Amino acid sequence: MSTAIDTSRFVQHNQIEALPPPNLARGPIAWVRENLFSSPLNGLLTIFVFYLLYVIVPPIIDFLFINAVWTGTDRDACRAETAGHRIGACWAFVIDKINYFTYGSYTISERWRVNIFFLMLAVGVTWLLWLRAPRRDLGALYFFWLFPTFSYVLLTGGNMDLGGGFWVGFVVVSALFIGAFAAMAYLLKVSVKSGAAIGAGIIAVIGITLALMDFDFGLDHVPTSLWGGVLVTLLVATVGIVFSLPFGILLALGRRSKLPIVQLASVIFIEFVRGVPLITVLIMANTMLPLFLPAEMTVDRLARPLIGVAFFASAYMAEVVRGGLQAMPKGQYEGAMSLGLNYPQMMVFIILPQALRIVIPGIVNTFIGLFKDTSLVSIVGIFDLIRTIEASRIDPNWAAPTISYTGYAFAAFFYFVFCFGMSRYSLGVERRLAAGQNR
Amino acid sequence: MQTIVSQTSPPKKSVLYDPKVRGAFYQVLLVLTVGYLFYMAASNAVENLQRAKIASGFGFLNNTAGFDVSQTLITFSAAGSTYGDAFIVGLLNTLVVSAIGIVLATILGFTVGIARLSKNWMVAKVSMVYVEVLRNIPLLLQLLFWYIAVLGPLPQPRDSIGFGAGVFLNSRGLFMPRPLYASDAWVIGTALILGIVGTIVFRRWARKQQEQTGQQYPVGIITLALVVGLPFVSWLVLALVGTNPISFDMPQKGTFNLRGGMQILPEFVALLVGLVTYTAAFIAEVVRAGILAVSKGQTEAAGSLGLRPGQTLRLVVVPQAMRVIIPPLTSQYLNLTKNSSLAVAIGYPDLVQVFMGTVLNQTGQAIEVVVITMGVYLTISLVTSFVMNIYNRRVAIVER
Amino acid sequence: MKKAIVSIAFGLTASLLATGASAQATLNSVKQKGYLTCGSNTGLAGFGVPDAQGTWTGLDVEYCRAISAAIFDDPTKVRFIPLAAKDRFTALQSGEVDVLVRNSTATMSRDTQLGLDFPAINYFDGQGFMVRKKLGVSSAKELNGASICTQQGTTTELNLADYFRANNMKYEVVAFATSDETFKAYDSGRCDAFTTDASGLYSERLRASAPDDHIVLPEIISKEPLGPATRHGDDQWTDIVRWTHNAMLNAEELGVAKANVDQMKTSDNPEIKRLLGSEGKYGEAIGLTNDWAYRIIKHVGNYGESFERNVGEGSKLKIKRGQNALWTKNGLQYGIPIR
Repeated sequence: MSTAIDTSRFVQHNQIEALPPPNLARGPIAWVRENLFSSPLNGLLTIFVFYLLYVIVPPIIDFLFINAVWTGTDRDACRAETAGHRIGACWAFVIDKINYFTYGSYTISERWRVNIFFLMLAVGVTWLLWLRAPRRDLGALYFFWLFPTFSYVLLTGGNMDLGGGFWVGFVVVSALFIGAFAAMAYLLKVSVKSGAAIGAGIIAVIGITLALMDFDFGLDHVPTSLWGGVLVTLLVATVGIVFSLPFGILLALGRRSKLPIVQLASVIFIEFVRGVPLITVLIMANTMLPLFLPAEMTVDRLARPLIGVAFFASAYMAEVVRGGLQAMPKGQYEGAMSLGLNYPQMMVFIILPQALRIVIPGIVNTFIGLFKDTSLVSIVGIFDLIRTIEASRIDPNWAAPTISYTGYAFAAFFYFVFCFGMSRYSLGVERRLAAGQNR
Repeated sequence: MQTIVSQTSPPKKSVLYDPKVRGAFYQVLLVLTVGYLFYMAASNAVENLQRAKIASGFGFLNNTAGFDVSQTLITFSAAGSTYGDAFIVGLLNTLVVSAIGIVLATILGFTVGIARLSKNWMVAKVSMVYVEVLRNIPLLLQLLFWYIAVLGPLPQPRDSIGFGAGVFLNSRGLFMPRPLYASDAWVIGTALILGIVGTIVFRRWARKQQEQTGQQYPVGIITLALVVGLPFVSWLVLALVGTNPISFDMPQKGTFNLRGGMQILPEFVALLVGLVTYTAAFIAEVVRAGILAVSKGQTEAAGSLGLRPGQTLRLVVVPQAMRVIIPPLTSQYLNLTKNSSLAVAIGYPDLVQVFMGTVLNQTGQAIEVVVITMGVYLTISLVTSFVMNIYNRRVAIVER
Repeated sequence: MKKAIVSIAFGLTASLLATGASAQATLNSVKQKGYLTCGSNTGLAGFGVPDAQGTWTGLDVEYCRAISAAIFDDPTKVRFIPLAAKDRFTALQSGEVDVLVRNSTATMSRDTQLGLDFPAINYFDGQGFMVRKKLGVSSAKELNGASICTQQGTTTELNLADYFRANNMKYEVVAFATSDETFKAYDSGRCDAFTTDASGLYSERLRASAPDDHIVLPEIISKEPLGPATRHGDDQWTDIVRWTHNAMLNAEELGVAKANVDQMKTSDNPEIKRLLGSEGKYGEAIGLTNDWAYRIIKHVGNYGESFERNVGEGSKLKIKRGQNALWTKNGLQYGIPIR
């Protein structure tokens, strides 16, 4: 019989001395000794870290606050020669340009519309993310249908001017569509009435959406080339999340489907998008989308990267949702099926509500990534926050040495607040879910 | 009994209820929809290209490029090189920055990740702040910061900062002496290879010996002697016997810039530093999660066997944590490679900047250029996942 | 459910698609829309630049305003679409813009291979270099070994390579995607020289942190005739764009300006009468009203006025007329007679 000692001789030859008993002393000095100077190496490390902090932190605080310039109307306020002292961050520049950073060149008299958009977005996000909010199903309806439609009308001015011919066509197609649903219900020997009702419901949603977009609310048209700044950054992120969640769920279901072609198509799409950098997707959307459309059709310049971002985010969202679907115990599927539910019913009423709940942290993390990635649209010429800062820092009126740093510091602060907040939120949800499972 | 059977078995049941039929129907629908969309896109593209008189096909790769690139690892000139060469230049630049970035990000990421779990309160908190700050700010912003705010204010070439030994730093980059190899320099290279091979053989032997007898050998010193000593001795011999096999081309001040030597572009440095610090924050989180996944009993057991903390980490914790770490680490490596495409924002000539930027603009052949570029990234992704799957399987087998 | 989501997605996508103009009858579609879409620079002082309120100004911008004035008797019925260098021709080809006035160089390949027409040249330009004064360089021939900042996707990048090769000089190219990044890199000291069209050099110099520290070198290394572009095949529309420029040139030559156009209407000079539409039916021949040129001059002014106001002595750029003077003053701008 060989023992473990024969096969491995990593152990000491001699007995080493027993460690002293744990230190029971309390108080700040004991804490410092235990946490900062427990061994010579640790002591050296602590001193080194203190030195690092000493080198890094005071200049940053000095730059951002102590020597910062808070008021002023042009470059003279932020130049050492004219101001007469060392100059840190030039916050006066940010304050002067804050409207440009927020709205871009959006028509000034119409900026209240953007404010309402921000407000509606905040309401939607709170409603969906606050786990104890009332009627979160209505919240979903709001966030994925009403909010995008109203935002579209508000921001562009609506009044698509589809024309009477379009609506005649729409009515004809709708009638056919409802008829097809009724016919299908008849063939399946289920209630024709309810079949027609479902068809009518779908038509109603589309019809109301289009009617709202078409209706002339008397709002002035604001071309997308004027939009910019935080508005565009939030818009890109919002379109990403609004589109990617439903589409991501479909892709995830497709990937776990038993139908080979559906599965293959989903896998190819997901792996393709995840295998290439976002910037190439954006460049592709920018240069190739117009090529793939009929000659008389053009896509709005802002809409192109939005489409790119939406597809990109969907692939990542699909993988998150798939994780949730896989984590569902098999019993849930079997239970649902034994109740006689069909596939859509099983998914909508049993599986997805549970699966989506457990992947909320994953969804939020994907969204953080998406939010940071929105900055890439600036590379394809969209005036997001970063681009407005880039454009402002070469404004000769504000040509001063610290302008660039200040602009970047402002953008970094903006992104950090949003991303850090969201990551804290997702951590909180994760803890709550873990607590639920530990019971 | 029979009545029940006749009720449930469907003699008149519509085929529409058959899941197979439904499945086939949905799939046919999908194929038709996707096929139609592809057909429309393709026919529109053909029509649009003809109307715009844009050439198609990959023949443009053989056309003369006509532009220059700042960093080229192969010989490239506006007059003699083709768009195909420009593609290779861009690809190599992407691979170089990714490869160096991966190595450095791994080192920094592991350091920060382990530091986050340090018993030293200061070290742990500072690492945490590092991770949280870097992770929550867009990479693009960080790159612009490094390029414009940190490297931008470096002095003009005339006021270069000298570090001695021919190393200079200015706004055009970092300049270093470039080694020039004489004809018999191959001896040193061979000595280096011999040294490395010798080290590997010796290490295997020493490990086997230790496992069997418990006898330990001074691995570190012998490694040093083989890898550094052997080439050095061969250089010394060559230098004493004949001519110096390695001389250096020193950077010297020219009209505008330093001439000669080796130049590392500020674009490269900014991209590398940005990618490394950003990715390291994510790797640190991966490493932390991996180490936390190793049960505490393992550490305690190692301690009770008398292993020092460093040894515990190296011999007990990290090998087990690696199994948890490898898959997410791989995806971080891929992210770094993909993120290197942000080079386009700061003018580093990577694949996207050279090929999807200049070449696309000069030729107008958007479809071909996009297909090739995306193909490259896809290939890198797939090959990496493939290799990592093999590695993963090997690690998993060790588990027993 | 699935179908509903898909159709909503399609509906939303479709809503973002707007039908553009077809190749023929741009004029009709412009009249129908009630405004003109004009592809312009993303921001080049003096030529096409929006202010913080989104109001566009510049020489190229006024060209579009002149077309708008000729059609609608109102120079404000223009929507400007800022286009990057690499997107500009696709935007015109696809019908996203009706006319492209974005300091674009007319070349044979663009004219024949891209399906475009260049009806007029509103600015004769050439590629030049800008350097810092303290370098002590006075000629582009002394730039051997310099680092040079340039923008991708332009003829500039190719001309640069040609010039240095032809003169057997070495250089280090640093290329950026946008003109903003390129100029900022030069301004922060990344490069010794900055190259683009000479007009662009003057315009960008204004944005330097210390404009007086930079000089434009005398060498012009290429011919860059800049002008508006239209889609090939819509001759009526191309004519309108061409004659807008000629009307402004003829007005300058005849001394008709914004201030005196109303008095000039009663002039006995037959050339002025033809220009302002009191004689002949020249406007109707291009699908407009006969007082089309009067509208242009009334709302925008003649070429000389527009030039001085945007890029000449009346502006910050202070570019001399040079090649862009009228032919009567040894320049190249030659208004084709209206008769």
